[in-house]
Amino acid sequence: MKLLVCISKTPETTAKIAFTDGDTQFDSNGVQYILNPYDEWYALVRAIELKEANGGTVTVVNVGPASNDVIIRKALAIGADEATRINGEPQSAYYTAQQIANFAKDGGFDIIFTGKETIDYNGSEVGGMVAELMDLPYISYATALDVDGDTSTVTRDIEGGNEVAKVTGPFVVSAAKGMAEQRIPNMRGIMMAKRKPLNVIEAVEVNATAEIIKYRMPEQKSSVKMIDPENMDELVRLLQEEAKVL
Amino acid sequence: MILVYAESPDGQIKKSAIEAVSYGAKTAQSMGTSCAALVFGNPEGMDSLGTYGADSILQINDAAFEKMDSQIYAKAIADVATEKNAQIVVLSHSSTGKSLLGRIAIRLNAGSVSGVSSIPNKEDQGISVEKSVFSGKALATYQINSEKAVLSLMGNSVKAEEMAKSPNIETLSVTPAQSNVEILEQNKQSGDIAPLPEAELVVSAGRGMKGPENWGIIEELANVLGATTACSRPVADSGWRPHHEHVGQTGIAIKPNLYIAAGISGAIQHLAGVNSSKCIVVINKDPEAPFFKAADYGICADLFDVVPRLTEAIKKVKA
Ligand SMILES: Cc1cc2nc3c(=O)[nH]c(=O)nc-3n(C[C@H](O)[C@H](O)[C@H](O)COP(=O)(O)OP(=O)(O)OC[C@H]3O[C@@H](n4cnc5c(N)ncnc54)[C@H](O)[C@@H]3O)c2cc1C
Ligand SMILES: Nc1ncnc2c1ncn2[C@@H]1O[C@H](COP(=O)(O)O)[C@@H](O)[C@H]1O
Repeated sequence: MKLLVCISKTPETTAKIAFTDGDTQFDSNGVQYILNPYDEWYALVRAIELKEANGGTVTVVNVGPASNDVIIRKALAIGADEATRINGEPQSAYYTAQQIANFAKDGGFDIIFTGKETIDYNGSEVGGMVAELMDLPYISYATALDVDGDTSTVTRDIEGGNEVAKVTGPFVVSAAKGMAEQRIPNMRGIMMAKRKPLNVIEAVEVNATAEIIKYRMPEQKSSVKMIDPENMDELVRLLQEEAKVL
Repeated sequence: MILVYAESPDGQIKKSAIEAVSYGAKTAQSMGTSCAALVFGNPEGMDSLGTYGADSILQINDAAFEKMDSQIYAKAIADVATEKNAQIVVLSHSSTGKSLLGRIAIRLNAGSVSGVSSIPNKEDQGISVEKSVFSGKALATYQINSEKAVLSLMGNSVKAEEMAKSPNIETLSVTPAQSNVEILEQNKQSGDIAPLPEAELVVSAGRGMKGPENWGIIEELANVLGATTACSRPVADSGWRPHHEHVGQTGIAIKPNLYIAAGISGAIQHLAGVNSSKCIVVINKDPEAPFFKAADYGICADLFDVVPRLTEAIKKVKA
């Protein structure tokens, strides 16, 4: 099996969020970056499990600058076989998806994995775009994935439940919690990762169809009103009359 | 024209579709154009589309569209958008909307923004629209540089308002795309409780509950309120509660009117999924619990005393 996992980087979950240049740029000063949890914990691990069971290769691809090599090495340490970094600034989902589709089109991949979303911009867009660009089926928010020959059975979350789909042939899947269990890279993996191939290719030219022009912070909550635990009638009154939510 | 895809899972126009139509109608009004709602099949509640501002209803009633597959639906919606020359396509930011947004954007060569929370502004270059980013810690304004735009609307962020139109219904026929996907089964929770992403009232609990056997008091409170239940991540990870209840940065992000959190410390990753709630009530016995800083109302006490008392107080006003 040839498996491709799209990996992205995202600020570490407790990173302080601030902006510069008149609130037009994210301030990356002092921010630690991590592999996007959905890509690392679920997509990548499930791809490795499938390879372990069926043979084949797991390739990871990232669109980004050279500083991303750290997180790419981590994916190799967890167990991917090889990596490609497409050298460019991933300004938008559209740009990123074009790069990935262009890279994957002649790769003969059986399954292309993405995470359900990146936890910074919460886009949830790249997977569907790659699928459309390659004219492949797309199963989003998959919580389980099993492969038998050229058919795959995928469980995906839908509002208030889930559904089980059967897909024939290659497809794109976005991974959500449940698809696999997080793996921590061990010493041997980290050593081996240093010797695995990390290819760098140049990005193709793509127009930005959407871009961020301004950031702002949400309105601050006024400070908390503490309620006497003996007086729940008072809380209910406030919820009705002051907050107007009941 | 603004084209809104009004979702109707289970043959019913749902709240998220009505919000999307109302959003489309408000956008159309501000841009001096009309709003059309697209439906698949013959769902219940189509009247509400006019009530909330659709100038026309476009209907695709064809067995090929019975089950949602992103390839088939995206082609159909994009085809209709092209035929009707829609400037903006509006979707709900639901599991369906999320699997369609990117596909439609590529088909239409349109700029896209997912999970938007504001009505688009017209700018010289195109439109601009705001969405919440960094798990609710900031808001970003996106500018769309292409002629067409595809947006998915975050639930509970723009209030649905009546506009009372009397739309005519036009039946369309479009050629379905090929698909290699077959839906084998669907499992949905039964009853009238709103699924978490759509819920207006949510009662949530964390590790302070000590164990799954104690959840009766949470369910009872949710029950009298008509609320949906949620939980923190360790609770779902330990199998105390089902995974679909997990809210937060790595679970689902929600935006209910009321979020009641009992025995949850309020770690930043938890807050990331709930801090856009209109009103937050925190019940925690530790006065230093970080959640109090994000709360509107706080009760510092043992949840095993407070939760049943709150349930009684609500029963009184509901009676
Ligand atoms: C990358 C990453 C992603 C994460 N994503 C998420 C996520 O999406 N969602 C999420 O929830 N967490 C997430 N977490 C975990 C998060 O950091 C916290 O560990 C978690 O939210 C804590 O859950 P809790 O509040 O239920 O438990 P605890 O932190 O153990 O808090 C229990 C609380 O209950 C209170 N309590 C105990 N007994 C009582 C009582 N009798 N009455 C009243 N109060 C009582 C305590 O004072 C305490 O504040 C993530 C962590 C990481 C590292
Ligand atoms: N720069 C990138 N390089 C490679 N894959 C990416 C990149 N950005 C996003 N992805 C993939 O697309 C998924 C969804 O991202 P998004 O649409 O930005 O929320 C992520 O979980 C990744 O799998």
